Amino acid sequence: MQYKIPLTIKDTQKRLLNKEFSAVELVDNYLDKIEKNKDLNAFITISSEVAYKKAKSIDKLLNDNNTNILENYPLLGVSVAHKDLYSTKGIRTTAGSKVLESYIPVYSSTVVERMESAGAMTIGKTNCDAWAHGASGENSDFGATLNPNNKEYVSGGSSSGSAAAVSAGLSLVATGTDTGGSIRQPANFCGVVGFKPTYGAVSRYGVIAMASSLDSMGSFGNSIDDVETVFNATKGPDGFDSTVRNFEPKPLKQNFTIGIPKEYFAEGINPEIENTVKNAIDIYEKSGIKFKEISLPHTKYAIDVYYIIQPAEVSSNLGRYDGIRYGNSRESFGLEAKRRIMLGTYVLSAGYYDAYYLKAQKVRSKLIQDFDNVFDEVDAIIAPVAPTPAFKLGEKTSDPLQMYLADIFTVSANLAGLPAIAIPTEKNKENLPLGFQLMGPRFAEKTLFELGKIYEKQK
Amino acid sequence: MTKLTLEEVKHIATLAKLQLSEDEINKFPSQLSSVLDHVGELSGVDTQGVKPTSQTTGLENVFRSDEMLANSTLTQDEATSGTDSIYNGYFKVKAVLENRSDK
Repeated sequence: MQYKIPLTIKDTQKRLLNKEFSAVELVDNYLDKIEKNKDLNAFITISSEVAYKKAKSIDKLLNDNNTNILENYPLLGVSVAHKDLYSTKGIRTTAGSKVLESYIPVYSSTVVERMESAGAMTIGKTNCDAWAHGASGENSDFGATLNPNNKEYVSGGSSSGSAAAVSAGLSLVATGTDTGGSIRQPANFCGVVGFKPTYGAVSRYGVIAMASSLDSMGSFGNSIDDVETVFNATKGPDGFDSTVRNFEPKPLKQNFTIGIPKEYFAEGINPEIENTVKNAIDIYEKSGIKFKEISLPHTKYAIDVYYIIQPAEVSSNLGRYDGIRYGNSRESFGLEAKRRIMLGTYVLSAGYYDAYYLKAQKVRSKLIQDFDNVFDEVDAIIAPVAPTPAFKLGEKTSDPLQMYLADIFTVSANLAGLPAIAIPTEKNKENLPLGFQLMGPRFAEKTLFELGKIYEKQK
Repeated sequence: MTKLTLEEVKHIATLAKLQLSEDEINKFPSQLSSVLDHVGELSGVDTQGVKPTSQTTGLENVFRSDEMLANSTLTQDEATSGTDSIYNGYFKVKAVLENRSDK
């Protein structure tokens, strides 16, 4: 393979059409890189047969010289690694858990099917915190994924393998799920773009459910264009997920105003984190974007609301794993899964439901109101993604509560069902990536992509 | 201060159909209590007259017509392919009733 590896969908497709390389050669390249980077532990299953079969059919299509080929197959030749929560027909799907270590789905999720129909090649299934419970990758029953930028550090979670795969060039794009930050935080820790769509924009059908009112199906890529292309190929109703409907995207404006939420820049904020967001603000201001200080007063309750509602929904969703129709018995659940099931069961149980779950749902309404109020004045909100850059393996595993508290900047977007995008900025002295996120009103994906591209160009 | 007792932890485990190890039974009361303490701070928030939100789409009662679609139907073989514990095309489960009272 004597060519320079393409880093974007556009570049990949341009050079495929120019016959600089074939789809089969691309698969050779990715599988080789995956093998050479085994120590990252980014993959649980590698689907080389499926990838080659697809690559061969793509090469045949290319030979037939179809002029509208990219219109019909917008993801032609794109290697994709799917987080192991996405059901892939005939390919083992584990959810990162020993409960499903031998489970082979008999159908594929909508996202997987749509990407394949659009010409994508499934390279493999990526490692993740078991059942998406985690923010470091260390809760995977198959071992943690290392951060490709510095292997002593975590890659973030729960979509740890997907973020690491794109960061290390093991796949062009990767899918993830974001329930409380599980796309944005690992994207931020690994230095790649991570996109979370509006809740209800992309079907959750066929994706192993974590918290059904919070789960969002998104992706990782090296550029804003790439996550936008994946979004466009996967969005919209499919007849299976009744929370998805056709939506009117929020129209683009000429002059954007971005809000700076003061609660996200409180005293004690990590200076590296604060600086990198401030630099991004400077870059935006140079391109004429206006900024305004705003307030999201209920931010301090977001973690509490999240860690009541999410475990409650988790305890319900994980009730189906009884070991009868598929999978191993409930004894195979790991410690974190058991903790969350227990928490959820408690807050839903008789005598506690009102004080915890119902109360959390009411405070959730207030959080949503905070966002509705500010989106009258601003088009998007800029914020840090995590309180610190990636931390060392083992650093936070002794106290579950400490790990939970670090979700503070990401959970609000899930509670309010908003789209958000994590954008990398630079690396620090330990070679750890830094970045920021933009959050928008529901169905304002176009605004976020546009703002992301403005930053990309200016950089 | 939430202080879950061993009894309460065992009760929740029964509700959740989880079997806890010795180690888990010892760790969980304090770990779960510390999380519950933190999230219990919500009791201080004024939610007078506030409607609870269970999901953010605003959609209600989304129906489809009651028909079988080819693309959403599994064959019996597919549906039972997840386990070897099959008998005559049925899933095998533990006996529900074990003693006959009519003999």
